[in-house]
Amino acid sequence: MPDIGLAATTTDTPVLQVDDLTVRFKRRNTDVAAVNGASFALRRGETLTILGESGSGKSVSLKALMGLLPGYAQVHGKIWLDGREILGLPAAELAKLRGGAISMIFQEPMAALDPVYTIGEQIAETIVQHEGVDRRTAMQRALGLLERVKIPSPERRLKNYPHEMSGGMRQRAMIALALACSPSVLLADEPTTALDVTVQIQVLLLLRQLQQELGMAIVFVTHDVGVAAEISDRIAVMYAGRFVESGTTREIMRHPQHPYTQGLLASTVHGAMRGSKLETIPGTPPNLASLPPGCAFAPRCRYTRDACRTGDVPVITSPTGAMVRCVRATETVPA
Amino acid sequence: MLVFALRRLLQAIPILLGVSLVVFGLVHLAPGNPIDMLMPPEASPEIVAQMKAAYGFDKPLYVQYLLWLMRALHGDFGLSVFNATPVWGQLVTALENTFILAILGAALGFALGIVTGLIAALYHGRWPDKLASAIATAGVSLPHYWCAIVLVLACAVLHDWLPAQGMGDDSLPIWQRLDFLVLPVVTLSLIPMGVIGRLVRATVLDILGQDFVGALSAKGLTRWPVLRHIIKNAAPPVLALMGLQFGYLLGGSILVETVFNWPGSGNLLNLAIFRRDIPVLQATILVLATFFVLLNLLVDIAQAAIDPRIRR
Ligand SMILES: Nc1ncnc2c1ncn2[C@@H]1O[C@H](COP(=O)(O)OP(=O)(O)OP(=O)(O)O)[C@@H](O)[C@H]1O
Ligand SMILES: [Mg+2]
Repeated sequence: MPDIGLAATTTDTPVLQVDDLTVRFKRRNTDVAAVNGASFALRRGETLTILGESGSGKSVSLKALMGLLPGYAQVHGKIWLDGREILGLPAAELAKLRGGAISMIFQEPMAALDPVYTIGEQIAETIVQHEGVDRRTAMQRALGLLERVKIPSPERRLKNYPHEMSGGMRQRAMIALALACSPSVLLADEPTTALDVTVQIQVLLLLRQLQQELGMAIVFVTHDVGVAAEISDRIAVMYAGRFVESGTTREIMRHPQHPYTQGLLASTVHGAMRGSKLETIPGTPPNLASLPPGCAFAPRCRYTRDACRTGDVPVITSPTGAMVRCVRATETVPA
Repeated sequence: MLVFALRRLLQAIPILLGVSLVVFGLVHLAPGNPIDMLMPPEASPEIVAQMKAAYGFDKPLYVQYLLWLMRALHGDFGLSVFNATPVWGQLVTALENTFILAILGAALGFALGIVTGLIAALYHGRWPDKLASAIATAGVSLPHYWCAIVLVLACAVLHDWLPAQGMGDDSLPIWQRLDFLVLPVVTLSLIPMGVIGRLVRATVLDILGQDFVGALSAKGLTRWPVLRHIIKNAAPPVLALMGLQFGYLLGGSILVETVFNWPGSGNLLNLAIFRRDIPVLQATILVLATFFVLLNLLVDIAQAAIDPRIRR
């Protein structure tokens, strides 16, 4: 692997392994480098959180894993799902995997559900598509799934349309839909961002519990440090389409190495609670259409030096598997 | 859903009553008394009074209206002022003739419109889109009568492919005279095709831009099941426009029916206006307006059956 860092530490094979994933949106007069070499591996039952500001390429990464990007997107790298290469599979093969072995939940459950079909129909449809069972059986399964995600009076909710449910209930239904065919990998794109704080916690707890019961791996995307601390086993911090730092939740939360991670933590109530005062990171994220050479964070970094603006930034990996991509790290991290 | 349908049905009643009032008022729109206009100027006052009594014009206006409405409800619109035959009979024949054209024209136009609109949206920005959009624009913007004349020239005058006038020998059943239908039906289908095609394209493009379509692929649905979702979402606005377009076709196109000498309701309306045949005018407008209201009612109910958010 060229971009080391998040390699699985144990011997059992990862369910999802991503190697040097890059995504470029190249059209007539734009060229956006949205993801610039992301690598990670994920074992059963593990949760990896991709943490990053708006526009850092989190959603694009997930869509690339699902093969959902528009035709003009150039996707490179390698993606293995259960040991099988899936990048560049023909559409029909990909369709069998989506919603089956790999499925996704979205930020806005209202927008992700079809408004003119009932929840039951939408869940059952997925099951019919993947398993070829008849509609009655699929509906029974859908009912079981609604019970599983703890939706009250599931028989009635099965016949509800999305607009007849509350936000939290819709997200639960969305989770039921994503779990319908027992995926080995669940991609969650900011699934709690659109919800009230109390509902947010319920949904997070539900996800954790379902993960323990079903043993799937979760890639969780968020910009909320608090949520990341709550749900993840490991965290990868994304900046301008690159992972700048990764490690166990504990490592990242306690000893952030990268100035960007430090800034992120200091800028949230959660991180600032440990005595330091609430700060914001000065400046704005770089324009992905014209990334500077060297470290993308350099223009906003308080430790910038000449080496940051030229050539490749060194990647330092610690014995525990933690990774940081920073010129300074050669000095601060014991190799 | 049933409640919704019943409520819509009840709401249609005042609309229909309003229409009937306007139609009844038509008689009194023209200056002077309708009888005065019909009678020769030298007619004696006694005869005029006799006529007024015969037509009920001596009674107060609201009584006249109620009597007229009661009779109309039984299909009795009196006699044509022009040829003294029952209005109802003329109207039924004309409506039947127009109905054949309207049904076929709508079916052809809607089918072509839906297909071209879908193709245009699914191939957005590429050549099938440009071709389909050009066809749709031509459909709505070329004048009806011009197309009719070009078709007649091409298919009936220059070549002897198809008949261009009338309905043929009416002792034969209609399915043995289908060749008479081709040119008028094709002409009539042009506008519905263009209008529906453009709406389908815009609606489907709008739906394709919504997040749930991506989510459908994320569930592993293949192309046809996704298309089914798109069609169901696009159906309500398209149905509404189809209802309107079919309503227009039912009214009969005066121009098209004149060019093809087709004895339909457009023709009848045209003649009634020229002959100042008010009973025929009233009956035609009232029946057509009723069709229109009922058609919209059906569309409303169909829309609500498809999209639950409309049921309120
Ligand atoms: N279809 C596309 N065509 C061109 N550029 C795109 C496309 N989709 C995303 N981008 C660009 O890629 C970059 C990353 O977008 P992405 O949606 O992954 O951000 P994100 O990290 O998910 O942010 P947020 O937290 O706001 O959801 C953005 O600059 C965006 O403008
Ligand atoms: Mg996003």
